[in-house]
Amino acid sequence: MSQPGDGIRVALFATCINDVMFPNTPKAVVKLLERLGCTVDFPFGQTCCGQMFTNTGYYKEGLTTVHTYVDAFERYDYIVAPSGSCVGAVRHQHPMLAEWAGDELLLARVCKLVPRTFDLSEFLVDVLGVTDVGAFFPHKVTYHATCHSLRVTKVGERPYQLLQAVRGLDFVELPSDEAGLPTAEECCGFGGTFSLKNPDVSVAMVSEKVRNILATGAEYVTAGDNSCLMNIGGLLHRQKAPVKAIHLAEILASTEEDAA
Amino acid sequence: MNTAKDVILTRIKSALADVPSAPIEEDAPVTWEYGKVAEMPAILDVFVDALEDYKATVYRVSAAEVPKTVVKALKSKGAHSVVLPAGLEASWREAIHHAKIGIHDDEPPLTAPQLNEIDAVVTASRISIASTGTIVLDHTPDQGRRALTLVPDIHVCVVAADSVVSDVPEAVAKLKASITAGQPLTFISGGSATSDIELQRVEGVHGPRKLLVVLAE
Amino acid sequence: MTRLTPAPPPGKLIDSPPFKVNAKKELANPVLRKNLRFATHTIRAKRRLRVSEVGEEAWQQLRDAAAEIKDRVARHLDTYLLQLEETLTAKGAVVHWARDAAEANQIVVDLVKAKQVQDVVKIKSMVTQEIDLNESLEANGVAAWETDLAELIVQLGHDRPSHILVPAIHRNRSEVREIFLREMGRYGTPAPADLSNDPPVLAAAARTHLRNKFLAAKVAISGGNFAIAETGTLVIVESEGNGRMCLTLPETLISVVGIEKVLPTFDDLEVFLQLLPRSSTAERMNPYTSMWSGITPGDGPQELHVVLVDNGRTQALADEIGRPALRCIRCSACLNICPVYERVGGHAYGSVYPGPIGIALTPQLRGIKSVIDKSLPFACSLCNACADVCPVQIPLPEIIVHNRNRVAEAKQSERRPHLETTAVGAMTWVWKNPKHWEKMLKLAGLSGKALAALRVQSLGPLPPPISAWSNARDLPAPPAQSFREWWKRNREGAQ
Repeated sequence: MSQPGDGIRVALFATCINDVMFPNTPKAVVKLLERLGCTVDFPFGQTCCGQMFTNTGYYKEGLTTVHTYVDAFERYDYIVAPSGSCVGAVRHQHPMLAEWAGDELLLARVCKLVPRTFDLSEFLVDVLGVTDVGAFFPHKVTYHATCHSLRVTKVGERPYQLLQAVRGLDFVELPSDEAGLPTAEECCGFGGTFSLKNPDVSVAMVSEKVRNILATGAEYVTAGDNSCLMNIGGLLHRQKAPVKAIHLAEILASTEEDAA
Repeated sequence: MNTAKDVILTRIKSALADVPSAPIEEDAPVTWEYGKVAEMPAILDVFVDALEDYKATVYRVSAAEVPKTVVKALKSKGAHSVVLPAGLEASWREAIHHAKIGIHDDEPPLTAPQLNEIDAVVTASRISIASTGTIVLDHTPDQGRRALTLVPDIHVCVVAADSVVSDVPEAVAKLKASITAGQPLTFISGGSATSDIELQRVEGVHGPRKLLVVLAE
Repeated sequence: MTRLTPAPPPGKLIDSPPFKVNAKKELANPVLRKNLRFATHTIRAKRRLRVSEVGEEAWQQLRDAAAEIKDRVARHLDTYLLQLEETLTAKGAVVHWARDAAEANQIVVDLVKAKQVQDVVKIKSMVTQEIDLNESLEANGVAAWETDLAELIVQLGHDRPSHILVPAIHRNRSEVREIFLREMGRYGTPAPADLSNDPPVLAAAARTHLRNKFLAAKVAISGGNFAIAETGTLVIVESEGNGRMCLTLPETLISVVGIEKVLPTFDDLEVFLQLLPRSSTAERMNPYTSMWSGITPGDGPQELHVVLVDNGRTQALADEIGRPALRCIRCSACLNICPVYERVGGHAYGSVYPGPIGIALTPQLRGIKSVIDKSLPFACSLCNACADVCPVQIPLPEIIVHNRNRVAEAKQSERRPHLETTAVGAMTWVWKNPKHWEKMLKLAGLSGKALAALRVQSLGPLPPPISAWSNARDLPAPPAQSFREWWKRNREGAQ
């Protein structure tokens, strides 16, 4: 039987935080993409997208990771990461840093990689053309849009389309605020080093996010970024709340066999 | 010699060292199409809806009915005195006079405290904007100087139907002539209002608290 | 010496503690948080509605045009300022130039003193807040009365503005009532004794209190939303009519205008008059817009002074990344959407410009020398919501990150050890070379194994600097096996 990913070789950009803290997410990406027919490579030269440096103002240091990224992924046509945020950094910060350094050669290399770097949801919907990835996840799930997926990488409705096609999944939207605006679009307060530099504001933000999540009665909160989920999950865990944080990729990789 | 001016201009020049010495339009193009007329079939309905949204009172009448409608508007708010600009349409003035509402003229110019004792003002208007419910005065003789339409608490404003334009661009294009002639402009969108306390809109602070519009079709 | 006007809180904004300290204080005020939340969420939703009426595509075209016009102004600022001076002068205005706040204040003080008045009325103006004009006038024996309702609440409350557009956004109706009852009588017409906390009643009290001040005023001071180079026209956009009072009744008008406020042509207004009201008060059009070109014989002030203020703007202009911050039309849509502003309010920012535009613009105007200015760029989670609502498309997150870069480079050049620069140095070593990263992952895996042996799945409160995270949030323990290691063991052959 032919698969949407037949003949497509994908380089997995696991991202540093997943590599060290959340290996189940890249494992899920491998499982999912292989199930859809893709061949998955994991280039060992990869480290980090560098946004922690760049966003904290350390451009020179961020630039070193641009080199690492380009060296690791240059030979691939499709680079897929389970992170709207890291993909956003590749698309917007890598060209900015190359320009800042006045490195024309690097800029040219970066610009070639930008259109080849995809967030998982974009790759599934736009490149493979699937929204039903054959997943089964019999749980009540809510979705936090994450700022960078939504407003930097602009993944739009794709994660919703993917979630809605998951068999057994009971999707519940995060509530609207009192003025009728979707709270799913509000920041969880992570913001990288923001959560350390302004912990009080950050905690005030994540507390509200968690309140909204609890209000849905969901068993799981999902998102396209483990960094935000680590923030949200960190407070859920501290509060001993009955909601688990799970990356979108892990839901999409789940099948009936996993449930059995 | 104005040293501050020289210093600031020198600072600007050095700040803009990266800007090539090309003509402005080439260096910094603006792609906007100015003065575009918006498609608007029921232009007067749009205008009236927007006005009423601001809680203004609107009378839609024929041109012949304007004088008596002006009187009706003044009486509806209990105005006993009114200031009239020198160039106001004679038939409106006559109707007000017949209705025994005390008329004040601005010749010699009334002081601000004198104006503060007058209940109302009646004026014409230059142009109105349908989409935003805005009336624009250019303070020519049928509208009077700015203080007249500011200090009294009731403003009865006559708008000629053919002076209502679709949207802001069309209005700005037409108002250029008034500006070139040196006239000040006042854009009025409903009555005075504030949202400064808990963002709750309150109609009426310092400007006229009651705006009554007579739309002459 | 007894003061003529209510004293604001002591100290200068630029001497504020760092943002984190201010934020903690403001977060602890539940009334403030409730007021702010209600107000920002209300106006957010209204703005969205008004913008949707225009249509997504048409709105984007307006934003493009506004950015292009403002960039044209910035890139040719000297040309437009000279043209503005010429047209204003031709129409009877006197143009003054001020390099900084002190010079601008001195010009205004001298003009007011020459008129031998003890009182002036003021229209809400950000640039006069920025230069702290009221206190200069007070020090020179002149009482400056704020006439915008919110500014009046702030002034009578011995307070500072906390929002660009709604300066008393941090106050609720009951607080306003108390301030009016306590203070109005000390500075003019008192509030009626039976004053309720109903907003229309409070607005009526402000009308009565200010009416005599308007009728008696000989000199008014305004800012300016736009200054048209082509025609010498100044534009003030307002709601209450206090602006019209100040612009119309006094004999002398002094307009203090930032040099970036110039627009090339009168026609350019068609773009900004559509963008500004919808982005600021979320109205199709604000109640009143006044435009005047120099002196109009027999109508309004017969003496007009225009003070063009630099005060750091040319510094922002010289920074190619910071330059677009000068597009700002002070609508405050970015404040209203900002999740950080929503929680701490404007006072935490130590600047008259709070929120996203504040942390983009203030370090451009004032530099990054003071502790508050060094901390401002970090008062942001980079959620990017501000960039989406800005009507003139200021790339706020980019400018904020750029300001962070300036702070980081300054820190690195200090040549004394910082925890942050040391950590950044170490992580650079780790991420520069995949072999180093692998070593790091092995270490993490070892600690993960050790923790697993102790049955620790999650880390609770930890010592500084991690305490910033762990005081309220748990941290998952690292797994025993990194992804990389898993891949090596399970997929090595697949490569």
